Amino acid sequence: MIKTDALIIGAGPVGLFTAHQLKLIGLDCEIVDNLDKIGGQCIELYPDKPIYDIPAVPECTGEELTNNLINQLKPFDIKFHLGERVDEVKKDEKNWIVKTNNGKSFSTPNVIIAGGVGSFEPRKFPPKECEKFENKSLFYSVKDKKIFEGKTVTIFGGGDSALDWAVELSKVSKVNLVHRRDEFRGAQATLNKVKELTSDGKINLFTKYQLVSVNGSNKIENIDIKSDDGETKNLKTDYVLGFFGLIMQLGPIANWGLNIDKKTIAVDTEKFETNQKGIYAVGDICTYPGKLRLILSGFHEGALAARACFKLARPNEKYRFEFTTTSSNLLKRLGKKE
Amino acid sequence: MPKITYITHDNQSRTVEVQNGLTVMEGAVQNDIPGIDADCGGGMACATCHVYVKEDWFNKLPKKEDGEEDMLDMAFEPKTNSRLSCQLTVSDELDGLIVNIPSKQT
Repeated sequence: MIKTDALIIGAGPVGLFTAHQLKLIGLDCEIVDNLDKIGGQCIELYPDKPIYDIPAVPECTGEELTNNLINQLKPFDIKFHLGERVDEVKKDEKNWIVKTNNGKSFSTPNVIIAGGVGSFEPRKFPPKECEKFENKSLFYSVKDKKIFEGKTVTIFGGGDSALDWAVELSKVSKVNLVHRRDEFRGAQATLNKVKELTSDGKINLFTKYQLVSVNGSNKIENIDIKSDDGETKNLKTDYVLGFFGLIMQLGPIANWGLNIDKKTIAVDTEKFETNQKGIYAVGDICTYPGKLRLILSGFHEGALAARACFKLARPNEKYRFEFTTTSSNLLKRLGKKE
Repeated sequence: MPKITYITHDNQSRTVEVQNGLTVMEGAVQNDIPGIDADCGGGMACATCHVYVKEDWFNKLPKKEDGEEDMLDMAFEPKTNSRLSCQLTVSDELDGLIVNIPSKQT
């Protein structure tokens, strides 16, 4: 059991700056994120897109913003738990007990949800029967590529993941690559390789086709794909892989007893606390009258939530407001003063 | 004000007036029309405001910008008449537009 003053769920920009605020006022915190990297939507959805409305930063990309926020955290020692999803939040006598899908547990008086629009999950195939085969003969990521050796694998998608795996698996498997249109989003070099492998007969390419059904009893035996013109093809395949990017799902947060409306959590505007004492929500995931879904609003929300955390983490101390320009306490924490 | 008709998956049709300059996505969100999630808030960074546009209308709409088609790759059941409703700006020319909302967005 890891004990901490505050646990932040979500390592996006707002989660990162909230961590900064907590450390600055002398609290410790740990951060959990379902993604395997820091940055949240900024990194996953728009690393290269410029953002123009961060105060005092005329222009920066999602990746630059994330790197700057990480740099700002350098004076502090913050433990990140990446690639882990928070599954359970329960109250014991005093603290919140938070459990992740990897079996880690935390005990903390304060939980700050900076979860964006939920956790990123792979986007799945539309046909219902796909669920039955999921993680058996149908996958949305590759964990052990050995299982595909000598088998027929049908890969769906038009981005880098789909193209990379088509190239990689074509060395040891019979590969079908299916995409809904002629153009691919992946890197040109990989695309050239795919085309070369296609003309060599190593990859069977089907463009303007989509999956309509998956057939088999315990494992997939064959699938049907349909073209834009309505033509259906049946492909024999042992495995199906889908790479349609990631989507955001509220996920387990929905079960924590919070006031949730349209994927957002209602909070007050003093502490950004939810209807549960000691659970706060900041950034895109929170809602209140006048809420703006801007990164700058999230920074403000995190700063106030951090102050609220102080009361529960240090019930016997009084929080005193200080400026970083003048406070020797703060400068010490920032490593600027002995 | 231009009227936009949203038809949900279960064939419920709702026609609402949407101000010029708003997007078809915003028209849906502001009028509580279910089935358009718009997770990214209109940044063309997700595909949860995906709609199907009836063919006669589809060809009248401004062409897709770079990136919209890429994003549609990630939509739930994209078709040839798929668009992201956050990329459709309402104007007098769009008065009477009919869009169909997919059975789900994710």
